[in-house]
Amino acid sequence: MEKQILKLAVNGQDYEVFINPKTLLVEVIRDHLGFTGTKRGCETVSCGACTVTVNGAAVKSCSVLAVQVEGMNVVTSEGLEDNGKLSPIQKAFLDYGSYQCGFCTSGMLMSAAAFLDENKSPTKHEIKESIEGNICRCTGYNSIVRAIDAVAQGKYKEE
Amino acid sequence: MIYDFNYLKPGSLNEALSMLSEHKDECKVICGGQSLLIVMRQGMVAPEYLLDIKHVKELNYISFDAKDGLKIGATTTHRTIEKSDVIAKNYPVLVAMENKLASIQTRNWGTIGGNLAHADPAGDPAPVLISLKASIKVGGVNGERTFPLDEFSVDYFATQTNEDEIVLEIQVPVPEPKTGAAYQKFNLLDSDMGIVAAAASVTLNNDGTCKDVRVVLGNAGPVPLRVKKVEELLIGKKYDEALFAEAGKIASEECEPVDDIHASEAHRRHIIGVLTKRMLKKAWDQARA
Repeated sequence: MEKQILKLAVNGQDYEVFINPKTLLVEVIRDHLGFTGTKRGCETVSCGACTVTVNGAAVKSCSVLAVQVEGMNVVTSEGLEDNGKLSPIQKAFLDYGSYQCGFCTSGMLMSAAAFLDENKSPTKHEIKESIEGNICRCTGYNSIVRAIDAVAQGKYKEE
Repeated sequence: MIYDFNYLKPGSLNEALSMLSEHKDECKVICGGQSLLIVMRQGMVAPEYLLDIKHVKELNYISFDAKDGLKIGATTTHRTIEKSDVIAKNYPVLVAMENKLASIQTRNWGTIGGNLAHADPAGDPAPVLISLKASIKVGGVNGERTFPLDEFSVDYFATQTNEDEIVLEIQVPVPEPKTGAAYQKFNLLDSDMGIVAAAASVTLNNDGTCKDVRVVLGNAGPVPLRVKKVEELLIGKKYDEALFAEAGKIASEECEPVDDIHASEAHRRHIIGVLTKRMLKKAWDQARA
């Protein structure tokens, strides 16, 4: 095994990390770069707590080899805010009480953010499908769906 | 914990194939890794070399023409197939199947070639593709070969690719006129694999009799299971719901499902019978429309 340099961008900042090629993306994000918003949950591609976006597409970072995102743009929940100003989906999660224990929240936010980028006027059914890969063990799905719907309805548009 | 491996990142398909021919059985091929990384983490698979073809661009494509049909490169993601207009227009059952395959995150990174090469009998694409008479192209440094997809899986998680070959392409012929196709899996959570699944395609003659039919079962044995007795039963026959029920009974007898924590063998056989009946009716209705 030969360690290697991985170059990637996380939340708009370029990084170089020196890693064993078996390192998972979630390990680079949390352990090497310190973005602990991203959670390790089931580690079997089931729960979605580790969801981040890679070049805009939601993926489960527990099951992506970090070396495969060479040169790509990764966004974690920390990357949603802009200089302390929360993004619409973050504000909506606060307003609609879209979390209980909070463990699924960062993954839910990233699935929702990727979905809203792709689908500007979703139906309720499409919203539910958009978080099918994210498990909330407190079962707070309804408030999460309401928050995503509120953003889709334009309630958080900037004046 | 994942065991250490040597990471091989080829820049082209030719380079990938020559790396594979050098390391053969010491080498495992990874693409999206949505299945492979799970078994590597469990320590069940511990290759000395990992050959990464995720970014081999030559294998990432979808093409369609009215003569040769559909061709999908092995490293095409599930999500690309799900979002493909040309597939939605000509093979809507493939889009519907992809839409229920695992979760969006998995579909964004996982690939069709990887899914088939993993050869999990519960995988969604294989039964549907076999019902559509798909072929698979595999190849290595010594050349390529193409054969029907129903000959690809040989046992649980085992395929007939040689140790120096990888999956290159999936080919699906243009459906004949008056053809319908349907697929459904039975599961408790939308993003789960099927406890069992059934795919059916039906092609009708102008007089409404069955010209051709395929029923393929998922997670009903070591490999995706084509139920040829149902084909023999239905060809030449007219629409008859009693026949679909009879076909369901045959499928439930012909399959070899396991008995595990998710469902007993008897329950699986029952559900296979129900799904077979329903999918035949759905495919037939589409073919008549």
